[in-house]
Amino acid sequence: MMQIECPWCGKRDEEEFTCAGQSHIQRPQNPRQNSDSEWASYLFERSNPKGVHLERWRHTFGCRQWFNLARHTVSHEILAVYPMGAAVPEHISTAGDGAVEEVVA
Amino acid sequence: MSEKVGSGPLQRLDTRHRVDTGKPIRFTFDGKTYTGCAGDTLASALLANGVKRLGRSFKLHRPRGLLGAGREEPNALVQLESGGFDEPNARATLVPLYEGLKARGQNAWPSVERDVLALLGVLQRLLPASFYYKSMMWPSWRFYEGAVRRLAGLGKVPQARDAQQYHKRNLHCEVLVVGGGAAGLAAALAAAGSGLRVVLMDDQEEFGGSLLGENRFIGGRPAAEWIAATLQRLSAMADVILLPRTSVVAYYEHNFLAAVERVSNHRGPGADLRRARERLWRVRAAQVVIATGAIERPLVFADNDRPGIMLASAVQTYLNRYGVAAGRQVVVLTNNDSAYRTALELHAAGVQVAAVVDSRGDVNGPYQQALQDRRIPLLAGRMVRRVKGRREVRAVTLAEHLGGGKLGGDKETLTCDLVAVSGGWTPTVHLYSQAGGRLDFDAGKACFVPAGCAQAVAVAGAAKGEFGLRGCLAEGYRLGAAAARAAGAAQIADITAESCDDWPQAPLQAYWFTRDAAAEKQWLDFQYDVRVSDIELAWRENFVSVEHVKRYTTAGMSVDQGKTSNINALAVMAELSGRPIADVGTTRFRPPYHPATIGTFAGREVGEGYAPRLLLPAHSWHLAHGAVMEDMGWQRPQCYLRAGEDFDAAVRREVLAVRRSAGMFDGSPLGKIEVKGPDAATFLNRLYVNNAITVKVNAGRYGLMCNENGVVIDDGVFVRLADDHFMVHTTSGGAVRIYQWMEEWLQCEWLDLQVIVNNVTSQWANVTVSGPHARKVLQQLDSDIDFDAAAFPHMQFRRGSICGVEARVLRASFTGEISYEISVPARYGLGLWEAVYELGQAFDITPYGVESLMVLRMEKGYLHVGADTDGTTNPLDLGWAAPIDRKKDDFIGRRSLSRVNDLRRDRLQFVGIEAVQAQAPLPVGGHMVSCANPVLPEQTQGYLTSACISPTLKKSIGLGLVAGGRARMGEAIHIYADGNSVAAKIVSPTHYDAEGVRLNG
Repeated sequence: MMQIECPWCGKRDEEEFTCAGQSHIQRPQNPRQNSDSEWASYLFERSNPKGVHLERWRHTFGCRQWFNLARHTVSHEILAVYPMGAAVPEHISTAGDGAVEEVVA
Repeated sequence: MSEKVGSGPLQRLDTRHRVDTGKPIRFTFDGKTYTGCAGDTLASALLANGVKRLGRSFKLHRPRGLLGAGREEPNALVQLESGGFDEPNARATLVPLYEGLKARGQNAWPSVERDVLALLGVLQRLLPASFYYKSMMWPSWRFYEGAVRRLAGLGKVPQARDAQQYHKRNLHCEVLVVGGGAAGLAAALAAAGSGLRVVLMDDQEEFGGSLLGENRFIGGRPAAEWIAATLQRLSAMADVILLPRTSVVAYYEHNFLAAVERVSNHRGPGADLRRARERLWRVRAAQVVIATGAIERPLVFADNDRPGIMLASAVQTYLNRYGVAAGRQVVVLTNNDSAYRTALELHAAGVQVAAVVDSRGDVNGPYQQALQDRRIPLLAGRMVRRVKGRREVRAVTLAEHLGGGKLGGDKETLTCDLVAVSGGWTPTVHLYSQAGGRLDFDAGKACFVPAGCAQAVAVAGAAKGEFGLRGCLAEGYRLGAAAARAAGAAQIADITAESCDDWPQAPLQAYWFTRDAAAEKQWLDFQYDVRVSDIELAWRENFVSVEHVKRYTTAGMSVDQGKTSNINALAVMAELSGRPIADVGTTRFRPPYHPATIGTFAGREVGEGYAPRLLLPAHSWHLAHGAVMEDMGWQRPQCYLRAGEDFDAAVRREVLAVRRSAGMFDGSPLGKIEVKGPDAATFLNRLYVNNAITVKVNAGRYGLMCNENGVVIDDGVFVRLADDHFMVHTTSGGAVRIYQWMEEWLQCEWLDLQVIVNNVTSQWANVTVSGPHARKVLQQLDSDIDFDAAAFPHMQFRRGSICGVEARVLRASFTGEISYEISVPARYGLGLWEAVYELGQAFDITPYGVESLMVLRMEKGYLHVGADTDGTTNPLDLGWAAPIDRKKDDFIGRRSLSRVNDLRRDRLQFVGIEAVQAQAPLPVGGHMVSCANPVLPEQTQGYLTSACISPTLKKSIGLGLVAGGRARMGEAIHIYADGNSVAAKIVSPTHYDAEGVRLNG
């Protein structure tokens, strides 16, 4: 169970939060002009990286606020927490090959 | 030369052991009474009493004795106690003896000693891995299931309610040390004393780990003295928590671990029931040191599962810890040096060691020298070809070992009643693997060792493949100090490891199975009867991936999770497929490391503690008036029973009362969400399928909401309280969900909209008055609201005062009759209810429950989202094409409605159903088919979603989803369920008052 730094409430256990999957999915401005495949892409197509994933989370059993979170899907390291509507922080690179850096015990 | 070794109860040895022979404890096993001592486990006590067979194997019902002495034990599973204390699959090796303990052998009838199902052993060639899938397909698995379930299985599931309680606690610490053996104690000592919170958890009855079962020296003194001194120092430190009897069973992300403490298990049913039996520790640690030791592996040869064949480490533990010689004449069989200590210690205790048989041909070191000094025969370059004795070992016949598991000519036959085996050691890396740690295969030690983990964890001692005692201490001290430093301790002194009685060890010889023996006689997984032949079968059928091997053969899938068998099984696969073990790899370990009771994880969240009960403001009134309550999130009356009345009669009476005069309904759970702000109308217009902009102040509108996929997710009436202020009514079950839905859109997508939303569902109590006389009832109330039909028409909203209390009244109906939904602050809910009831007496006002409401709305054909719709229903299926066409603006899900699939004419559409015979009940969930006696499989044309015998119409009616249903009005159809079908026809959903005369009256 992860520990997540809520921007409003501080560090709390994962069980207080809800994850809603990939973030930064913009609703089309005028859906009626979208083709079926464009609309399907908005509805269904999601990334599934082995590496850094940008996600939407809500502090459900706390302040109920949504925020963005950059998480490494293998190590579960949380690389950034930033507000909804904000750009991806500069130090986050999702373009990498997903290789995991490990600390040898 | 096979003379029989004498049998009968064994004696407790007069050695330095840890049981108190002055404190006898009586217990029963399979109906016989025995006596053990304080400090015994059930296993050691049975062994001391000469009981050699403790269980039967899972599939073939082979007699089984003890293999191990601790957590690794695969055979000695027992059913403990009965009634509220019933516990299946308890490992006899882990059950501390208490007075009056009662245990039964499992998976055997009538007893472990005389099990008639052992006949299955004769059929063993017919029962290979996967025989279920291959042989029980005709006519169907269900045909065999009952018999198989009776035959198979280990313990019996307890039937009585658990009489004991379970607790949970959270624990935060800087350093958590898992395992209280040499390395763990050293790590805890090194980390402690710097002001950090250090926690040491160990799963045995007392600290000391494998040292408890060995005769070792640390710093020139018996190890027990070092353990005692270390514990004394640790317990004197304020910031150290010592938790014995605590098994860390799971390692999750961010150094979160779950541990089960056995608080009073060791007292059995005699424990104080006010105290917890077990406690779940939820631990968050900055740094973790895993020092979980290693588990010895058995050697794989023909009939290696016979009672009397035991791990050398277990023989050693029974000897040193419990003072029990597990046999009188012992053969030690090994491929490494560690088992020599068992031979030497047995010899020192006066037990006859017939020989040490070593698979290695050329060994000569201090261990071998020590045997020679004591004149214990060493037979090097040998392996067992045959085991004599079916119910217990009587002798073994050896053969020359040519290497790689190949045997040469027969050699000696040794009479014995115990074979102590060692096939090397497997580091206990389960938790490390759960933490996400990688494992590498160390070919020299023939085991998987930790090789890196992203979490803050270190592994010390045998768990890391360090099998020397001094090395364990040194690693423990070093990693304990390192963990404390990493957790922020400034002043940590390094401790130098004491000298130990380690001897240089010769390399182990990997010995995975016997090439020249029948593969179906060589056991790998003792608990699930998985043999070398099963791995061969998997290999032949190309299940060569280690994850497939495991699931196909069930190796390692039993309650012991393959603690003694995993490595042997995957090594056999590696040998067969000609790959290095490193390439075969190991399965990923998953929690729990050791079985944990469900009670521990449930804790206090059972019964009334499971979830809070939501009570209506008028709850007490409802109960006093015969309400039949049901938990629907809220406790809600289904109907109100009068004397001599049954449920159906009550519902009929309530429905007719609403139709004829007036009824009152507690609608408090109705979802109420306030939406306020300059952009409130814009926001709702985006959420609702229909237009929200054009709704006038003090008017309501019925609306549908979709998700972005065009599926209907909720419905209800929303009311405009002011230009910038709305009250959204959701379904009673949907309030929280829709509130979160609104928040999500506002916070994540439309950050520019100036709107706030607030769920006020529980702030407002609601009394709904419905029926032709509803208006007259309300006009009796002391109120400044004009209820006159012209002044207050249908779908209008008024605010005012009722009985001096602020009230909000919406004229909207879910019954088809004139209805007023009166909301007042929750604290006035009971008062309003009582006032309406009293004033309504003149009109014979009748309280009605949810079940009656469902009949009323069904008669009227009102939709119930979630009952009459499913996860595919879109607004077009409900006949909403026209309102959608009229709306210009976009809304959530609108684009999805123009997809080809959403426009299909044969989609399931919402219709009414009427049975041909007026009193024939329609089966809810039944499928729509074309003929009365369909030949299965028949294509379904939809299904029935709601049904009742209408008290008003005196007909059997329903609602349903039918393919292309709206174009099929009047068509005959059959509703099929459970082999029967009911003749019906498709009609309009509005069974009652289609013109809406009564509604608008």
